[in-house]
Amino acid sequence: MLAVYAEALARVGNPSAVHKFGQDVRNVLEAARESLASTVGANRSEVIFTSGGTESDNLGIKGLYWQRQAEDPGRNVIITAGTEHHGVLDPIYWLEDHQGAETVLVPVDERGVIDLDWLEPFLEENGNRVALISLMWVNNETGVFSDIQAITGLASRYGIPVHSDAVAAFGHIPIDFASSGLAAMSVSAHKIGGPVGVGALIVGRSLKLTSLVHGGGQERGMRSGTMDAAGATSFALAADLACAEIDSETQRLAGLAERLVAGVKAGVPDAVVSRGDAPGLPGTVHFTFPGCSADSLIFLLDAAGVSVSAGSACTAGVNRPSHVLLAMGRSEDEATGALRITLGYTTSEADIEEFLTAFPGAHQAAKKAGLPSK
Amino acid sequence: MKVLAAMSGGVDSAVAAARAVEAGHEVVGVHLALSRMPGTLRTGSRGCCTIEDSMDAQRAASVLGIPYYVWDFSERFKEEVVDEFIAEYEAGRTPNPCMRCNERIKFAALLEKALALGFDAVCTGHYATLLTDEAGNLELHRSNALAKDQSYVLGVLTEEQLKHSMFPLGASASKDLIRAEAEARGLSIANKPDSYDICFIPEGDTQDWIADKLGSQTGDIVDRAGNVLGSHEGSHGFTVGQRKGLSIGRPAADGRPRYVLEIRPKTNTVVVGPQAALAISEMAGSRYTWCGQPPKNTDAWTDILVQVRAHGDAIPAEFSVIDDEMVIRVKEPLLGVAPGQTAVLYLGTRVLGQTTIDRTVSAVPVEAEASLA
Repeated sequence: MLAVYAEALARVGNPSAVHKFGQDVRNVLEAARESLASTVGANRSEVIFTSGGTESDNLGIKGLYWQRQAEDPGRNVIITAGTEHHGVLDPIYWLEDHQGAETVLVPVDERGVIDLDWLEPFLEENGNRVALISLMWVNNETGVFSDIQAITGLASRYGIPVHSDAVAAFGHIPIDFASSGLAAMSVSAHKIGGPVGVGALIVGRSLKLTSLVHGGGQERGMRSGTMDAAGATSFALAADLACAEIDSETQRLAGLAERLVAGVKAGVPDAVVSRGDAPGLPGTVHFTFPGCSADSLIFLLDAAGVSVSAGSACTAGVNRPSHVLLAMGRSEDEATGALRITLGYTTSEADIEEFLTAFPGAHQAAKKAGLPSK
Repeated sequence: MKVLAAMSGGVDSAVAAARAVEAGHEVVGVHLALSRMPGTLRTGSRGCCTIEDSMDAQRAASVLGIPYYVWDFSERFKEEVVDEFIAEYEAGRTPNPCMRCNERIKFAALLEKALALGFDAVCTGHYATLLTDEAGNLELHRSNALAKDQSYVLGVLTEEQLKHSMFPLGASASKDLIRAEAEARGLSIANKPDSYDICFIPEGDTQDWIADKLGSQTGDIVDRAGNVLGSHEGSHGFTVGQRKGLSIGRPAADGRPRYVLEIRPKTNTVVVGPQAALAISEMAGSRYTWCGQPPKNTDAWTDILVQVRAHGDAIPAEFSVIDDEMVIRVKEPLLGVAPGQTAVLYLGTRVLGQTTIDRTVSAVPVEAEASLA
């Protein structure tokens, strides 16, 4: 991976230039586009390279919203869920604050599963007012799956385009854009072992999104700026490697997760697996520990050499009670005791055992330290 | 020792942490997230005082090579410091939120959490000195850097809290030396300006901020004899000793400016009078604590020094505990004392204890006011 990245970085030239150097870089970029397209199940022209998941989400949501508004100003409703990533929620809230959009949050149950029974009648009644739906494929915190097929099936009845943040899904479960029914889908390189700073928005061929970035008209006119061929080729390679191992990794991680959950529950019977029995990513194990603050747990586990996280930290590094858990109906106190344990490619059985050795002591001390509100 | 260094992002706490590291302690840096912006779940809805401060603290910890975390105390801070600050103003008193923060957050909530997580002490960048007497008891003293001395705001600490506190800056002679030391240690915040404002009042205008929280309600401005002199838009907008913003049409008989002498929140009344009438001879409060070992005999009148604000002078006084109330009598009439303020008692440089002032006794009886001119 590093060798491919470094070799591509060494190629001098602008992929849009006509001369030989430019063409060489263009070849690298286009080969990457073709390769990535095949791993996501899309046509090569549907791959729009971006700087990462957040930019892809912004382009997908704002681009679709502006396009749909231009066609019919009556469409100002954006449907999403409170459990979405900030990369999705914040552009939507921005559109609401500045562009007259109206946000509608689909209810989720205590496991974080989207309530499709609510969505159907809502669309029946308001379908003509809906600009777009944005719902993530896999939740980045709890790992819970969304039934994308069912969502796009409902939306298609009313001609509503659906965007999905597939950053947490891509490379971990099989993804096929073509059959998903999605209008646009965000993916990112660094979540699958590629470099930070590269991502893509997969945009259906027939769609034209209003661009956020104006300039030379690259990437179908939706994302101007000189393309990062080295980033793209590394992304494509990382995607290839990750997708080739999905089956074996899924099985391996499921085994590790089972051991982890059993081990934690043996020591701490009141530990709650946040997504309950809902299907989700085996490698994402999300717990809540009543009466504990994640601050304390993270500090103690870190001191014992185990890195875990509470959810997503804000810019200042403050562990806020996870907005995902709050959206799932947890109280602030409950959400404060949330811990996300991510098992990945490099996680071994020995790591799990190390965690299970460090955990009971950490949990005991964290419980003693109590909650920040008490 | 395992030491938790509270790092605000300022130069003092960074140098304090550096000194703790150098002394051989196992130090972990923690930044307290205290501010809770009006509730949304959107990105950036909560930082510490500012995100910049948190980043500065993080960078300092990284230069020192110590682990760094941000802990969220915003809920406790809101309840115990901000809400109480508002309630105190509403009750006509003048609180000191920094003191309350030391009492309830830094040396309570934070310290308790630190002890539960296996730390031995909390280290801060306060300018104050911890000494041990012959019997081995801890004493809190003024800093050698008298101009920066912060022993006043630590006056609320009890013996138990002192046992788990560490103030590595106390022996330093000046802030300039601390800045120079920060520079030499490669800390880029060496020249960061000092903070003076109340951290949760962004514009620095307390009256405006309070008015915004409590709204306005017209009430009377009266003199001590009860004569109505004018009106105001809410007694919580005033502090004792205030001169500006009284907008009384008629001048005083003697032509001299009038000052706020007393606030009566129950009747929304502000009492004004000449500056000389601000002078008090006695102050008292029932919410008192001892900083370290309590005095052997608190029934007899004992000579001490008393300080009533962070950057004020300590003046000669005597105190006694009478009916569970700490009563302090100043030797000379003292200006600018308002209920809600904290009186800190000193024996020389040693902090003896403190009380929140509940009531004061004027040095000038009402009947004498006419003759003041």
